[in-house]
Amino acid sequence: MGTLRAILHEIVGLFVDDGSLALALVVWCALVGLVMLAVPGVTMAAAGAALLAGCIAILLVNVVTAARKRRGAKAAT
Amino acid sequence: MTWIELAPTVSAAFLASLVECVEAATIVLAVGTVRGWKSAFVGTGLALAALVVLVLALGPALSRLPEQALQLFVGVLLLLFGMRWLRKAILRGAGIIPLHDEEAIFKSETANLKLARTTERWGVDPIAMATAFKGVLLEGVEVAFLVLAVAAGSPALIGPAALGALAAALLVTVAAVAIHKPLARVPENTLKFAVGVLISAFGIFWTGEGMGIEWPGHDLALIGIAVVLLGAALLAVRLAAAPAQPMEAR
Repeated sequence: MGTLRAILHEIVGLFVDDGSLALALVVWCALVGLVMLAVPGVTMAAAGAALLAGCIAILLVNVVTAARKRRGAKAAT
Repeated sequence: MTWIELAPTVSAAFLASLVECVEAATIVLAVGTVRGWKSAFVGTGLALAALVVLVLALGPALSRLPEQALQLFVGVLLLLFGMRWLRKAILRGAGIIPLHDEEAIFKSETANLKLARTTERWGVDPIAMATAFKGVLLEGVEVAFLVLAVAAGSPALIGPAALGALAAALLVTVAAVAIHKPLARVPENTLKFAVGVLISAFGIFWTGEGMGIEWPGHDLALIGIAVVLLGAALLAVRLAAAPAQPMEAR
């Protein structure tokens, strides 16, 4: 039972390590999809570029924030 | 199918599997060294059998899903998986979190295994077998997911992706048998960085395809996305490594 729970925990952990990163990426993908459905004039190139740029921006903000938090925590100890 | 179409899939499966196989090999080596090789091999064998069953059950089930829904589903999972690896590799590259240390993991595993009581049944130590089974199964599930996921767009790619993973498993097995020590010299963070970029690129590509985006250049767009992501990830390492400037210094 313990092994099964560890395996399930590990499977979830494959995709979600930092919850805010996972949530932001899923929300961004959903937003791009919704805009594509709602706005007929959106070109494929623009949608693709928005998807890529958004994911990159989310990653950059996440790592910089995480680095600052860790550095702040180290300085406090 | 041309090598340009095959190369990203095969290299992503090979590199990602290499990282996972190194991690699994460390656990099997620790089990074999401390509690005996028979238990380590039985645990490994059972885990491989469980993986085969899992792939045989999941593979055909996935192929029954509508292509666009499958691309979207697998694309988002790959994006989450790849970005998680990339985030960790960036933070490690920037010196924010410590590097993955196979030697330390080997020492910790062997210490735990030495403490556990030996209770052999049919010549096999259940604790050792379960440790090897769990380690190989967990890393193997990641390999199986990656092989199925990077080939999600085309069933014809599953074979080449599986061959890439198999090549990685063979390479690690041969190296582990030859040196009989954890493979600590593998540049794991560099590999994870490269794999994070590749898997995230696949994730963005398949998510877009699943949404109905027609990428310029079709499959070649995958290489373009990977190059842009690589540049962004390298920038992220620099940004994360740079200490925050106080307001008056800006």
